[in-house]
Amino acid sequence: MSSTPMSSTPMSSTQKTVPVLAARGLTKTHGRTQALRGASVELRPGEILAVTGTSGSGKSTLLHCLAGIVRPDEGSVVYAEQRLDQLPEQRLSELRRTEFGVVFQFGQLIPELTALDNVALPLLLAGASRKDSHERAGEWLERFGVRGQEELRPGEMSGGQAQRVSLARALITGPKVVFADEPTGALDSLASEGVMAALAHTARESGTAVLLVTHDAQVAAYADREVELRDGVVVSGADAVVEMFR
Amino acid sequence: MVAMSTRHILLGLLAGGPSHGYDLKRRHDERFPQARPLAYGQVYTTLQRLVRDGLAEVDGTDSDGGPERTLYRSTDDGAKELVAWTGEITPPAPFVTNEIFAKVVCAILASADPARYLSTQRAAHMARMRELTAVKTAPGADLATVLSADYALNHLDADLRWMTTTAARLTTLTAEVDGA
Repeated sequence: MSSTPMSSTPMSSTQKTVPVLAARGLTKTHGRTQALRGASVELRPGEILAVTGTSGSGKSTLLHCLAGIVRPDEGSVVYAEQRLDQLPEQRLSELRRTEFGVVFQFGQLIPELTALDNVALPLLLAGASRKDSHERAGEWLERFGVRGQEELRPGEMSGGQAQRVSLARALITGPKVVFADEPTGALDSLASEGVMAALAHTARESGTAVLLVTHDAQVAAYADREVELRDGVVVSGADAVVEMFR
Repeated sequence: MVAMSTRHILLGLLAGGPSHGYDLKRRHDERFPQARPLAYGQVYTTLQRLVRDGLAEVDGTDSDGGPERTLYRSTDDGAKELVAWTGEITPPAPFVTNEIFAKVVCAILASADPARYLSTQRAAHMARMRELTAVKTAPGADLATVLSADYALNHLDADLRWMTTTAARLTTLTAEVDGA
């Protein structure tokens, strides 16, 4: 398991153009609401892609489909030459644990655990020793500027600190892709800036691709590229994916 | 009402002590990094007007091994003028004069394609916001750079929100007209 922060490695143009994750023609209906109506998008290795759009445009549903959290009704999601939409739940669960990192608006840290234990948890679940897990968790807390908060529980942290801890937990396993759903939605502008700067810096340094869902243009501006979702369809930035499937 | 002008900016820069025109121009460009750089001619003309109006005065010369340069300093009246200006409320956008707004109105008048224009303008705004975000988060970015990038980002963000609302209004309006 890769859990040590890596240095930046330049990618060749070929590597850059092969998507790490690609979705085509996704549809998804919740009850009577059609959240996705044929959305296509691709995420390239090491890039930060912002998915923007107004409330109800289908952003979060798209993220859930791409992360294998929900299955689309139609369409395909391809990750590392595997159809995520067709994988058995057990394999999806393993992928989410080892190759994906997920951060939501409210970090979903475990309230009873300290910051250090929360960050170390994915390594402990993967079988790493407590000592090694804690050592690495400490390194990742430092990278996200929350060293010194190891013993605090989520209820004792500010919103910005809690999100930094959530990001450290999402990145500690060295995921290929991080999915961030409105990661700064509950933060004020300065805390939001701190969290986004830390996420962008760390993702770029480690070559981790990030799919960032946000309704906030100033948050989207930390990304390398943006696609806009409107009524369940990607309305901009989709040229590359159209070319890819030709 | 005290109107904003280069003279207030120069009085602000002179508040730290006597300075010559070249140094004022350099410090202006440092303090306002995303602003249009001041022209030397404008600096000297403004300094002469400040002296004429009793807001600044000549404070000797300084050669510093090079050509002789005239030093200026703020007068007491200049300091009072500066304090008055910094405390004066700026009228909150008394007129709506913006090129993006004008283009959308004219596109509607001309039965052109305002939605397409809004979409491409939005992409241009986002590209500029990415540039500014990179500038302000670059290692070693100084406070002046961060403040000016913040200012620009927030104004571009306001434009974007207006464009998003307008695009939605146009869609609704079109649907109503088509459905009538």
